[in-house]
Amino acid sequence: MALNRKIAYIDLTTGDIQIKPIPIEVRKKFLGGRGLDAYLLYNHTKKGCDPLGPDNALMVSGGILCATCASATARTHVMAKSPLTGLLGSANMGGFFAPEMAWAGFHHLVIKGKAKHPVYLFIHNGEIEIRDARDLWGLSVTETQWAIRDQLGDQEVKSMVCGPAGENLVRYANVMTGIKNSGGRTGMGCVMGSKNLKAVAARGTMDIKIAHPVEALEFNKRFIGQITSAKVNQTQGAIGTPFIWGATNSWGGIRCRNFQYNQCEYADDIEPEHLDEIATETCGPYHMTGCFGCQVHCRAKYRIPGNGPYAGIYDEGPEYTSQGAFCGETDTPRAETLLVANHLVDQYGVDNLEIGSLISWAMELYELGIITNKETDGLELRFGNDEAVIEMIHRICQRKGWIGDVLADGGVQASKKIGKDSFKYLIQVKGMSNLHSDERATPALALNIALASRGSDHLRSRPAIDLYHLPEPVMRKIYSSPVPYDGPLSSEHTEYIGKPWQVFWHENCYMGVDCLGICKYHTTFLGATLPNFEDWSKVLYYNTGLELTPKEIWEVAERCNNMERLFNLREGLSKDDPEKGDVLNPRYHNEPTRRGAPEVVGRVIEKDKFLQMRAECYQHKGWDENGVPKPETLKRLGIDNEPSHML
Amino acid sequence: MEQIGKVLVVNHERCTGCRLCELVCAVKHDGISNPARSRIRVMKWEQEGLYIPMSCQQCQDAPCMNVCPVKAISRDERLARVMVDYDKCIGCRSCVAVCPFGAMNYNVMDRKVIKCDLCDGDPQCVRFCDIKAVEYLDATDVSIQKKREAAQRIRLASKEAAELAAQA
Repeated sequence: MALNRKIAYIDLTTGDIQIKPIPIEVRKKFLGGRGLDAYLLYNHTKKGCDPLGPDNALMVSGGILCATCASATARTHVMAKSPLTGLLGSANMGGFFAPEMAWAGFHHLVIKGKAKHPVYLFIHNGEIEIRDARDLWGLSVTETQWAIRDQLGDQEVKSMVCGPAGENLVRYANVMTGIKNSGGRTGMGCVMGSKNLKAVAARGTMDIKIAHPVEALEFNKRFIGQITSAKVNQTQGAIGTPFIWGATNSWGGIRCRNFQYNQCEYADDIEPEHLDEIATETCGPYHMTGCFGCQVHCRAKYRIPGNGPYAGIYDEGPEYTSQGAFCGETDTPRAETLLVANHLVDQYGVDNLEIGSLISWAMELYELGIITNKETDGLELRFGNDEAVIEMIHRICQRKGWIGDVLADGGVQASKKIGKDSFKYLIQVKGMSNLHSDERATPALALNIALASRGSDHLRSRPAIDLYHLPEPVMRKIYSSPVPYDGPLSSEHTEYIGKPWQVFWHENCYMGVDCLGICKYHTTFLGATLPNFEDWSKVLYYNTGLELTPKEIWEVAERCNNMERLFNLREGLSKDDPEKGDVLNPRYHNEPTRRGAPEVVGRVIEKDKFLQMRAECYQHKGWDENGVPKPETLKRLGIDNEPSHML
Repeated sequence: MEQIGKVLVVNHERCTGCRLCELVCAVKHDGISNPARSRIRVMKWEQEGLYIPMSCQQCQDAPCMNVCPVKAISRDERLARVMVDYDKCIGCRSCVAVCPFGAMNYNVMDRKVIKCDLCDGDPQCVRFCDIKAVEYLDATDVSIQKKREAAQRIRLASKEAAELAAQA
């Protein structure tokens, strides 16, 4: 049964390991995955704990449906206090790690302390072993994984690892598994590095009994049909996430030259069709690959073309995010730069969004004269300089030179060392860099990044379907379920009306999938017809036997989102704090967009309307005017007495 | 029509490596998610992006059948498959040792050998594989399809040769 998967508490300082069942009451309240991690984080860390100290707790989990007969139940979730933001740290990745951990008997790990020397955990059929990893220290992301397999003599072992970036305590280092599955954002790999934890390896052959196997199998078939019939997923399945680049760049939603433009000109070389040609030429006509049990298969395989020093190397991707990070923001739209940079971040294990954004920020500072050749050791850190992008990735991940070392600490800390007006140009929310999208023409998306619990982020509450101009009845149908909503809704993406409800709805929707452990491409994220609460209620019942109504799943999501908020508030979030608040960089309000579609040019996010949206969204969430959950909200959700230490 | 002569055809170039086939195989047969219970397994070389689904070839002159000391393995010609009779099987695993494809598995949980039974004519791995890396085809069609693919390569090569000759 999925419900008998266990939780393990591992203290790396003492070597103590405790294994416990997860009570059904806890499951009903938090399900699993990110939701239960949020509960554990709040309960297992103390206010103000040092993110890089032994007291920080690192949670590793699979969703409650992990490895069951539902579609794409592959997601691994990792949570801790973030060394980048000092607030919530949370990262989610696909691949095959979490299912293997579930077959090895576990859904959740709580890792505390710090090992005396590098170690890795080996989870095998109900048992956990702490093993020496001194030989693995310094190895790249894939080298580490293959070395563990050789050491254990089992090629089926799946590992999640930190790369050299994590070892060097780059504050936005990733947790990685496979070739390129990345638990990016907020520096969870850095937390691994700080604990001397090189990897968590899993191998399992324990049964997960499906509660209603015939129904689960048949429902899965229908579920997959619904997912793969969506045009958006068919396109992703053919050319991967770069397809988003083509559309978004053409209307003017891509940050270029840090934040100077909202469109990258002359980008033919990195158009999805060209990347697809490279993949086809180097990896054949069937060059897509997928995560566990997924029929979307959105990841392309490629080998780096050309005659350069990296020619011929195999990797996967590049994702839309890498296009933005290494081509758009830095204004270096060349395929080779993109593919090499993508490969480097995969092997160093570092967040592509964060590193690309910070490099482009540094480029703007260089062009403004705020940093000079003295700080860059002579590197011409100008926009459009492809070599500088590649060189900066090396320097940051190795903390080499003054500028590399400073940027490895993240934008907010770097701005304090660089000084002058540098902070003004830093495009971030809560200390985490924005992804490469430009939200000035899309108030709903701007509200999303301002409120996202882990800092500026598109995967927490982005109402991406807002860009489709859906007819009002369709929107009404989506947004009035599973809880009623009869307030205003607007199909116009430049509007401010009704957007707070959409952001609130998507926040709960995405928390829902993260608790279940399903991929976001399988819910109302990029496609309006994709499954959500109604379908989850069934899939949960068929696979685990747990009976929750769609509305009850919604409440779980609300509860978990409030747990994350409680954590952030405890660690110092205050709504108008430019470093730790629910606010945008003033450039969003003051600098109008210059490129893109006619209705996009000349846009800013109007400050007063933005604040009004934010206040309205707080209301929907049951928070007071300061963005603090009201006592009655916490009482309604049954978390008015936290930390409650149920686990 | 009788489904005589249908075979499981693997086109590994198409395989995305998702292992949904393993999942649905185990759930269909045992109601349990566990790849160790699956009759089909995807072998992977991740560092090259190479994934090869492996399953029973349902051999005509099957080594597992020949080696079985108690004649528990036989051919079922109606579905062109090789079947294990568990009333006769003594669990000696000789068939596991002798199979050249590793397609006869030993299930340590139930302590018995397991192999693909083509889901009695509706293989779930095929039903769930959207990209058609695993197909269930008439044996005659398989060779015709392969012939056409090979012929296509010859066709393109001769066309290219003619063009080069014209340029020379």
